[in-house]
Amino acid sequence: MTASARTRRSWIGLLFLVVTVVALWVPLYNRTEPALAGMPFFYWFQIAWIVAGAGAVALAYALSARR
Amino acid sequence: MHWTATIVFALLFVLVTVLGFAAARWRRGNLAQLEEWGLAGRRFGTVVTWFLLGGDLYTAYTLVAVPALVYGAGAIGFFAVPYTMLVYPFVFLVFPRLWSVSHRHGFITASDFVAARFGSPTLSVVVALTGIIATMPYIALQLVGIEVVIAGLGFQSTGLLGEVPLIIAFAVLAAYTYSSGLRAPALIALVKDVLIYVTVAAAVIIIPARLGGFGAIFSAVPREKLLLTLPSAGGPGNASAYATLALGSALALFLYPHAVTGLLSARSRHVVQRNMALLPAYSIVLAFIALLGYMALATHVQANPAHTALFERYGANFAVPALFLDQFPDWFAGVAFAALAIGALVPAAIMSIAAANLFTRNIWRGWRGRSMGMAEEAQTAKLVSLLVKVGALAFIIFLPMAYAIQLQLLGGIWIIQTLPAIVLGLFTRWFHGRALVAGWLAGMVVGTGMAAAQHFQSSVFPLRLDGLVVPGYAALYAVIVNLVVSALVTMGMDLLGAERGRDITHPDDYYLSGASSSQAVA
Repeated sequence: MTASARTRRSWIGLLFLVVTVVALWVPLYNRTEPALAGMPFFYWFQIAWIVAGAGAVALAYALSARR
Repeated sequence: MHWTATIVFALLFVLVTVLGFAAARWRRGNLAQLEEWGLAGRRFGTVVTWFLLGGDLYTAYTLVAVPALVYGAGAIGFFAVPYTMLVYPFVFLVFPRLWSVSHRHGFITASDFVAARFGSPTLSVVVALTGIIATMPYIALQLVGIEVVIAGLGFQSTGLLGEVPLIIAFAVLAAYTYSSGLRAPALIALVKDVLIYVTVAAAVIIIPARLGGFGAIFSAVPREKLLLTLPSAGGPGNASAYATLALGSALALFLYPHAVTGLLSARSRHVVQRNMALLPAYSIVLAFIALLGYMALATHVQANPAHTALFERYGANFAVPALFLDQFPDWFAGVAFAALAIGALVPAAIMSIAAANLFTRNIWRGWRGRSMGMAEEAQTAKLVSLLVKVGALAFIIFLPMAYAIQLQLLGGIWIIQTLPAIVLGLFTRWFHGRALVAGWLAGMVVGTGMAAAQHFQSSVFPLRLDGLVVPGYAALYAVIVNLVVSALVTMGMDLLGAERGRDITHPDDYYLSGASSSQAVA
């Protein structure tokens, strides 16, 4: 593995770590306000975070596919 | 009796049956080989894999049980959302390696890999057995999904006669799985997923509009159910249970044999990686399906006298079918019910194929003490897939449903005990095979003990740490014990100078992309 591939891997690891910690850190989103279209924060934030997670994986794929 | 719904339901069922048998000719291969029957020749591209894994992982039971939990218990039931979000980054980091090494060596199961990596037949059998016993109750629960839907249509007779529609559905499923192998659920998954997307889209548009928006729905939810409770002087709360359930379930999901089968049928490593960015689309759908539980609360489904008998029989699991019956025109309720029932057939087929692959490759072959010919191997797997389904059917018909639910809950605790061998094994050869067997045993005993302490009613165990109570997912606690024991025994064996088993894999095997490799055995 080349040095740049190693750097990319550490960035991917860091990105996934952030995504994971936020998803598991309940006090961060365990609230009702601000609501979105009547949906309490707890619910819409976690749905939005699915999109963030998918974005992180897509980014990781783009990075790792580059030679 | 809902006749219009029943007719729509029956038509869709006939459609998938035809597809199931026709699938034998799709991307034609020699179905007398296990790789063709059980992995569809490893030829699925990004789109088919997306439908297949989506249909495989988001099972009918999930689609019924998740909103049922939200309906009954509130916010804690939403753990399915962080769970199905976290799983993809994790799988992206780990499982392309399994795809590559399996492609290189022709592995069909995770147990094949473990045998090659650690040179330990015992470990390989242990991993295979764990996969099979964790899968069996999961198949049985898919039947519960079908049963709830059939009862919802109005077939409410009890006793063996009441089980006739279920038996027919399963016999048909068994027949086309036998003849078409993995191609059948792959093709049917297309229909299933389209029906699920249509149903959920309709529910999310129609029901909130009718009730006055999401605000009205959430205001019908009791305050104490709306959010999680953080630890305080009043008690430990359920936030730790929420986070550990999400993490533990995410770590466990791709250890299930049916997930591995779906993964290994992909054409290339890139197909697997791309799908980890695309599969979260199903998680968004699942989040809205979870919210159907609150819609059922807001519309007071349980107050409708037409549903009383079925709520008595199926409890909260009837909440979503009742919601569909109340809110949708009859024909569309038929579509929604078909989505749920077909949603049970896809994973049930893949699970039985995966269990059959494990039994044939990793237990029967070793037991017989000789290698089998290709045709004999495929024939054995086909017969085992039938036996597995008959077993699951008998389970549901003759035993109380609660047993299946409790066993599936145990299944999650058990399957995660294969994590050190499979996941860590993909990165390192440091562990001794026998140390991993010892760790597995410790994890199984501790995890099962924790569930037993909760009388098998819950997989959340109140761990006491120096006066502090931390309720958490027993699977996660038990796998930590497993890891510690595996590491300690490995160190002990190293001190004694024990030799590691032979590793027939090469470090480069874990990076093969597969797209241009010589593996294109036509």
